[in-house]
Order: sequence, then C-alpha cells, then structure tokens
Amino acid sequence: MTPGIIEKILETARDPDIAERIDRVSRANLNAYGFDAFGYSPDYMKSIVPVVAVFYRHYFRVTVHHMERVPTSGRTLLIANHSGQLPVDGAMLGASMLLDLDPPRMLRAMVERWVPTLPVVSTFMARCGQVLGTPENCRALLEDEECILAFPEGAAGISKTWDKRYQLQPFGYGFMRLALETGTPIVPVAVVGAEEQAINLFDWKAAARLVGAPAFPVTPFTPFVGPLGLLPMPVHYHILFGEPMQLVGDADDEDGRIGRLVRKVKHAIGSLVDEGLALRKGVFR
Amino acid sequence: MTLRAHASGTVLITGISGRFGRLLTRHLHRSHPVVGIDRRPFPEAPRDVVLHRADIRSRRAEDVFRTTPIETVIHLNVMHNPREMGTDSHRFNLVGTRHILDLCVRYGVHKLIVLSTANLYGASPDTMRYLAEDAPLLEGARSSLGRDLVELDMLCSSFFWQHPEVETVILRPVHLIGSVQNAPSNYLRLPKVPLLMGFDPIVQVIHEDDVVQALRLTLTPGAKGVFNVGGPPAVPLSTLLALFGKTTVKVPHVIFEPLARRMWRSGLWSFPPDQLDHLKFACMVDDARIRKELGYSPTRSLEDIASLLR
Repeated sequence: MTPGIIEKILETARDPDIAERIDRVSRANLNAYGFDAFGYSPDYMKSIVPVVAVFYRHYFRVTVHHMERVPTSGRTLLIANHSGQLPVDGAMLGASMLLDLDPPRMLRAMVERWVPTLPVVSTFMARCGQVLGTPENCRALLEDEECILAFPEGAAGISKTWDKRYQLQPFGYGFMRLALETGTPIVPVAVVGAEEQAINLFDWKAAARLVGAPAFPVTPFTPFVGPLGLLPMPVHYHILFGEPMQLVGDADDEDGRIGRLVRKVKHAIGSLVDEGLALRKGVFR
Repeated sequence: MTLRAHASGTVLITGISGRFGRLLTRHLHRSHPVVGIDRRPFPEAPRDVVLHRADIRSRRAEDVFRTTPIETVIHLNVMHNPREMGTDSHRFNLVGTRHILDLCVRYGVHKLIVLSTANLYGASPDTMRYLAEDAPLLEGARSSLGRDLVELDMLCSSFFWQHPEVETVILRPVHLIGSVQNAPSNYLRLPKVPLLMGFDPIVQVIHEDDVVQALRLTLTPGAKGVFNVGGPPAVPLSTLLALFGKTTVKVPHVIFEPLARRMWRSGLWSFPPDQLDHLKFACMVDDARIRKELGYSPTRSLEDIASLLR
C-alpha cells in the first residue's frame, strides 16, 4: 500500500466540504422535518456520503467525463448501463452528482421491487433517496423537478454474466414513455469499469428462487467465501455523460415507435461505453 | 365552484357517544342543532343536544328521521376498535351503514358525511406514494379488519354515484391519533412501543381536532366526494416515536409476527397483528384535493399530537 493512503482516506472521511455540498442540494421538496414523501433525508446522508466518497475517490478512483453536460436544475432523467452484481454503479453515479457537479444535485435512483421488502436495506435506501421504480413514483418525482436515474436493463443488466460484459441487454420502454409524457430531457450515461468489478460465471436460478432474489450470481470466489464473492474488485471507474436528448413523441404510442426512440438512447449509451473503453489504459489503472 | 356559507340545518350524528363523536359534538353544537343516535350513553352531553339511545339498525333509528327534519347526517357509528372486531362488528358496520344510507334517501337528507380512513389504501412494499382518492383500497387483502372497512367505504362510494341528490362526503384521514380506540392510537399508547428491526417507514398522523376541522369544512354546501385528509409533515416512525418521547423495543419481524398473533389472541397486547404491515411499509396519501377545494390546512403539529398521548 502506498504510504500516505491512510491519511488520504481519513482526509476524505472527515472532509467538511462534503456536508457543505449536501447542504447546497435543493430542499424544495422536503417538509419541515427534513424528509420527503419517500423518506429521503439529506441530513441522514451526511453520515453516509463520506463513506461512499472514500470508495469514490480512493477505491474505484472514479474519473468523470463531460460533467458539464448534466443539467443543474429542472427535471432530468439519467439513463445508464447497469452491471456489477451489486448496485455500486448507482452509488458512484449518485456520488459524482454530489461531489463533482456544481451546484450539487441529489440523484434519485429507481430500485427493484425486491428492495423495499428487505429489512435494513429498505430503510437505508429510502433515506438515501432511492425510490421503488414504479411509473407513478417516477412521474411524481419528475413533476417535482428531481433528477432521476434509471437502468432500463434492470435485473438482467446488473446480474449479467462475465461473457456479456459491455453488451447492453434489452432495454425496458417505461422510461421513454415517462420522458415523453413529462417532457424530460434524457442524459445518456456510460459507466465503464463496473462491468468488470465482479466475475459472474453463471446465474444459479434455483438458488435465486430459494432466497427470493432476482438473481444468484456465482463467482470464482463463491465456493470459498459465499456471498462475499460478490464484493467488487478495485477497478477504475470511468463515468461518461452524453449530451441531453430532448425527444418528442406520443407517450402512448405503440411499442414499435417507442422502441425506435429507445434505440436512439441505447445507441448513445453504446457509443459512450466505446469511448470510455478506448480512453482507459486498463481495468485497474 | 362557488360555495355558500355554512349550512345551519340539523345535524344528526350516529355514534355520538363514541370518543370522536363526543369531541365532534362539543365543536358543533353551538353552530348547529345536533341530534345523536347511539346505543351507549353520553352522560356529559351538552344540554342542547337531543340524544336517542337506539341501535342504528333498529326501527327506533328510523323514528328519529321521521320526527326530526334532518339536513345532514354525520355517520360515525362504525366499530373501529380492533379488539371488538368480529362477525358482530361486521354485521353492525355493514347492516347499520346500509340502513342509514336508506334512511338518508327516504327522508330527503341533504348531505351525508362518512368517516372512513386512509389506512384502507394498504401498506405494502410496492404501494405508490402520493396516493390520491382514486387509488385502489388494498388493505382488505391481508386483514379482516381492513376488509370490513374497505367494504363499508365502497358501499358509501357507490351510494355517492347512485344517489346524486344526497351530497355524499367520504373522509379518509391518515392515522387518527387521540383519545379514540383505534389501532394507531393503541399502538402509540403502549408502554414500550415495538419497532420491527430494519424497517422504519415514513408515517402520517393527524390530530383528532384536525379531523373535526376537515369535517366542518365538508359541511359547506356543494362539497362532495372522497377526500383524503393529512396532518402535520410525515416523518419516519422512529423519528415520530422519538418526538413523542416513547421507549421503543426493536424486534426482528420473523420472531415478532407469530409472537404478536399469540399475544393478541391471549389479550396481552392491544395492537392487531394484521396491522403490522403498517410498521414495515409506508402508505403515504396526498390530500391536495381537500386543501385546494375546501381550503383545509392542518393546525395541529406533531408536538400537539404528542401531548395528547401523555
């Protein structure tokens, strides 16, 4: 370990700038006690974000490209590729919006239906502003001028196996209908690095059903350390933001037309992924 | 919509002797002539209140309608106390309400106000937020207590459509806290309040005085339909209990749920196990309609609610 890394980690963990940035996040939708209707609390996040920042700065060493393309106010929909077995990509994207965007914005991610049924995790996610990904919830947040993160690949994306890394899985169409309905600009995002953070050899369907999870990834480490095999390796993250896309169309149009618009976004994300893969020097560097 | 001034005709309150009925009477009897029907006595009733000791299902209840010209019926005679729920309360709630609805039509009652509850939307992991009045009532899926009250709410909703000549109002307040015997108040009165480990849903509570205020607003001629009624800002359950100065016990839900059923059946505990989902998942309603149309705004803070429980 490089000398001085401990000092750097402690410096990040104690960084007063982080709390100050959280204070600058818009509080327009919070009630007098500092919560919104989904249970999100920026004050709670002051104790979480420093820990995330340590991972952001020193473990994954996130490099952000084209941050200036992200709108700093108004309804926004970030659409990204999803991977990594554990939703670290979402956490790092959220951290980038808080730590590297000026003024900082709170990113509200849309989570799997499974999450709110879990003790501890459900509460933690709710306080950090994560919301169950139903169309009603998403619409409500967009109308409140929030910034939303959605992974249209869904569970198929996060639990993709090693041989499918950087291959975009089929996109859901729900995000596009909501964007058209609410007139929200879509910012395509590529997260490069996350796809290699854990090696999923195969998805053990029977075990997934047994524990009620959407997937049960088996990594080379699973036989030795069990679920700890899912913990991410220190890959170097690159996050690339694309130009906001203001698409027009009828939100209730047939799937074929919506699909064409979805492919535009998918294509934009694909090019950003390629751009990211080309500019990085290696998985860990 | 232009609204006339408050109506001042006779108000009939069913279930007047219940704790909420008595509270409402004390607020209403100076501005309106009040008549009450209840099986139970109302010893300290104001002098100008005419009380009829009768079952709402009986012929004597009809006599009240026959002898007194009634402009408004406020139907509170619904058994909410989870401890007394069973076949008896089921019959009482549904047969009684049906009877009152019939009487309203037969005797030309101008307005009917029914007190339902917002809990009926149900708390589940995928309950959406900002539940508006048109959201489905899913509470009945898991609890018999809920099933009863959902059926009652539906009965009144279909009455609203079938009989446009009666201005029907259905109020759905969030967890009503006060001297009443309902599940949330019972829960908050426990000496040690259990929390399910790892679950901390955001909750909405309302002071009984604010429910009275909402009820008074719906007396306005022209006001009709279903209204959600919210209280002070929503906070997580643990924050609420801390504000109320309650001692909490955190218990894992896998152990607690079967135990709670046992304790409920043996009478050791007054919180119905069917309602445990409300300790796990949120049920957040949106009361924009009553705020916009009737100018409702809660006047009691969480601190005021806390002082009710001390």
